[in-house]
Amino acid sequence: MKSLRYILPLLAFLVLAGFLARGLNLDPREVPSPLIGKPAPSFALTRLDDAAQTFKRDDMLGKVWMLNVWASWCVACREEHPLLVEFSKRGMVPIYGLNYKDQRPDGQGWLARFGNPYNASLFDADGRVGIDFGVYGVPETFIIDKQGVIRLKHIGPLTPEVIRERIEPMLKKLNA
Amino acid sequence: MHRLLFALLALICCLARPGFANDAAPAAADPALEARMTRITAELRCLVCQNQTIADSNADLAQDLRRQVREMLRKGDDDAKIIQYMTDRYGDFVLYRPPVKATTLLLWFGPALMLLLGFGALAVVMRRRARTAANQFEPDDPALFADPHQS
Amino acid sequence: MIPELGHFALWLALGVAVALASVPMLGAARGRADWMAIARPAAGLQFALVAFAFGCLIAAFVGNDFSVFYVAANSNTSLPTHYRVAAVWGGHEGSMLLWLLMLTGWAFAVARFSRHLPAPVLARILSVMGVLSVGFLLFLLLTSNPFDRLPNPPLDGRDLNPLLQDPGMVFHPPMLYMGYVGLSVAFSFAVAALIGGNLDTTWARWTRPWTTVAWIFLTIGIAMGSGWAYYELGWGGWWFWDPVENASFMPWLVATALIHSLAVTEKRGSFKSWTVLLAILAFSLSLLGTFLVRSGVLSSVHAFATDPKRGLFILAFLVFVIGASLALYAWRAPKVGLGARFEWVSRETFLLANNVLLMAACGAVLLGTLYPLLLDALGMGKISVGPPYFDTVFVPLMAPLIFLIGVGPLARWKHAELPQLWRRLRWALGAAIVASLLTNWLRGHLGIVSTLGLAMAFWIVAALGVDLLDRLRPNGIVRTGLLHRARQIPRAMVGMMVAHLGIAVFIFGVTLVKSGEVERDVKMDVGDTTEVLGYTFTFRGVESLPGPNYRAAQGTLEVTREGKPVTTLRPEKRNFPVTGSTMTEAAIDAGFSRDLYVSLGEPLAGKAWIVRVYVKPFIDWIWGGCLMMAFGGFLAATDRRYRAKVRATQGATDAKVIA
Repeated sequence: MKSLRYILPLLAFLVLAGFLARGLNLDPREVPSPLIGKPAPSFALTRLDDAAQTFKRDDMLGKVWMLNVWASWCVACREEHPLLVEFSKRGMVPIYGLNYKDQRPDGQGWLARFGNPYNASLFDADGRVGIDFGVYGVPETFIIDKQGVIRLKHIGPLTPEVIRERIEPMLKKLNA
Repeated sequence: MHRLLFALLALICCLARPGFANDAAPAAADPALEARMTRITAELRCLVCQNQTIADSNADLAQDLRRQVREMLRKGDDDAKIIQYMTDRYGDFVLYRPPVKATTLLLWFGPALMLLLGFGALAVVMRRRARTAANQFEPDDPALFADPHQS
Repeated sequence: MIPELGHFALWLALGVAVALASVPMLGAARGRADWMAIARPAAGLQFALVAFAFGCLIAAFVGNDFSVFYVAANSNTSLPTHYRVAAVWGGHEGSMLLWLLMLTGWAFAVARFSRHLPAPVLARILSVMGVLSVGFLLFLLLTSNPFDRLPNPPLDGRDLNPLLQDPGMVFHPPMLYMGYVGLSVAFSFAVAALIGGNLDTTWARWTRPWTTVAWIFLTIGIAMGSGWAYYELGWGGWWFWDPVENASFMPWLVATALIHSLAVTEKRGSFKSWTVLLAILAFSLSLLGTFLVRSGVLSSVHAFATDPKRGLFILAFLVFVIGASLALYAWRAPKVGLGARFEWVSRETFLLANNVLLMAACGAVLLGTLYPLLLDALGMGKISVGPPYFDTVFVPLMAPLIFLIGVGPLARWKHAELPQLWRRLRWALGAAIVASLLTNWLRGHLGIVSTLGLAMAFWIVAALGVDLLDRLRPNGIVRTGLLHRARQIPRAMVGMMVAHLGIAVFIFGVTLVKSGEVERDVKMDVGDTTEVLGYTFTFRGVESLPGPNYRAAQGTLEVTREGKPVTTLRPEKRNFPVTGSTMTEAAIDAGFSRDLYVSLGEPLAGKAWIVRVYVKPFIDWIWGGCLMMAFGGFLAATDRRYRAKVRATQGATDAKVIA
């Protein structure tokens, strides 16, 4: 039919408009992690509070745990910190901190002031472990399962919704 | 007395700078490595200042990644290994040159496809016009064809 | 008070726009001359009101009225006055008002310069432009009001982004918007013709100069943006395939295709429905560009502060305007006539091949720009598409197009002979290849890509030479009457030649700078020198200087060549205390055959600094070529046939009214 091809531009445009509408709800700046479903990168870092003690990834095999990337210079971390302290009191999952590109006294001082939800914080002075985890902005939070595989990554400060809707269900699933 | 004056003069000469201009040393120690460095980092996106390459960005992460690339280059890693290192940690988003995979076939072959479809459509329309009777067309403008250059 | 007056003026303008959008259109449908007659005064009044509102905003900026939120967000008492004016369009709300000013301005121009158009045609055109005004006024008033007041005005503003405190900032957006918005005229002409059913060669002749003028502004606007990025951004690049750059380039590609398609429609009446579709597409891409920059859908260094609510509004407006015009196209276009006949080898087909190539190029840019969004929306991952993709895909599409630039003008309408064209052009082809090899050999740089690039540039020049020779000496070597014959060449043809020559100049510049530029990153202490391509740069140290609203570290480099002084360059690193940002100001010595470009890196121990020195051969030919293209367009748009009154009889004889 001759008239059919004249309608093609309109149809093509409507498909495009559909994608643009969908795009309004997406964040072009958010970088999804390629590490989900892959083993957490191996690392061996000293503890923030005790430079003599080393903490390795494999120390946590057999347990579900949470890794929270933070720094004393990070403003957004202060936003999520009270929430994290609250959450740690519930004892749902051991929380370990990754103190990213910080100074020991600054990091320790920050925890002393704002509370310490972590079983321990690991000191990543030059950020290499952060890079291995694909960290590009602080704070970031990971959930790692019993086999040492990363199952969840959250970018940005934690919120009650995120904890309720993403983290808790994931923890339930992994602990089952 | 002479000796004192002489010593003083010698001291002054030692303190004065020589007058030659120095040919400036390159900022980087190994230019060949730096050339590879520039080429690779120009194709990697900085994830903090997302509209700059890690070559241009001053963000902390960009500096850390530049250091990482430089180390890998010194170790002798090839381009593919460095790219793999980056995508393992940050995904394809970090590459300004999208990889050719199933999901990007349309991207890479799309333009050629559009060109073929365009010329195909042109051919179809020309054929259709060739089959149409002459009285369906408008007459030629005699003024236009009288002009030898047909401007 | 003044902001409130401006705000009120915009509401009044909305009322006028609603009247303009509806009454003349209905008048044209019903043959009511009195209703159609309000079109011109309404367009004038609309423009006056928006211009007044714009003046109020300028007054608020110049007067440092920080109780207005937009002024506080984009200005500062220490900002020099001329930048306070430029700051008016430094943010989203003000730039939308600028867009609106241009839109109503163009509508006023159409009303003013279209006395030869039949009343119903003009009424419909202005009504369509009125619809566009209504949309933008609603957007401005409901989501992006530049006159919003702050309840607690700050003592001082946040200052204009230092990157924008530059002469280029004053001119680049207005030029660009004149182009973007100017395409709305071609759009309105097209939609009005679809509604009224008067698609003919006369319509094409009316539409052509408006399209060309919009194209000229867009060319200049894009060239200015590129030039500005070059000297402002501190690392010597001039095109980054950034989504917002692409958003301006796509309408330009389609507008170029449209200019050429209009040539076919005007001369031969052919491919009318395709031309109409291009006119709709060109402005649609302008609107799409507006959406992409302000909605937050793509991340870009140019993007304005994003707000999904605004994005939704623009998208709805987009869907309405583009959807309605494409639906109208689907309905009315099948009835449009076929125009005159032409054969497989003819100027018409060469021009249409030009269109296919330009549209494929535009499609490639669109695909690359939107692909990350596409994949993300389908949940298929997140990728980036950057310069490596665009460079790979774009250049192969341009090469056949450049080839056509040489062949098209020499081909005859309706029927051309390939053997004849080959006979006339084979020497041009040979000369181009020889010239390019020679040039490369002379500069000691034999590379395949640069040879091809130069060959393309020389091909255009050589083919142009063949065409010119043909016109000046049609019967072989005849020395008399040369000037007379030269003056006989229609201005539109001269315009075409100049514009095509501009493309050759552009390609020449790009090829030579990409293959021949030299960069040197060196550590320089006071007195150190470095030599690049025969130029000797001597570093004389860095001193601290105050600026109007910044503190600068200014370096001094003396440049000599073969012992003779060339220039002194003073690159700066400027620190702006209000925003806390640091800008690198490169120092450039622009020249006909090269640019010397120096920028400061980081300070080292003592008085030494890291300095970046570039010598960029022929880089100014890039923007020179663009200006030539624009000038060629100007010549074409001012051809006699657009300036003469259209005789009513002529209009009647070649009109083909759709049943």
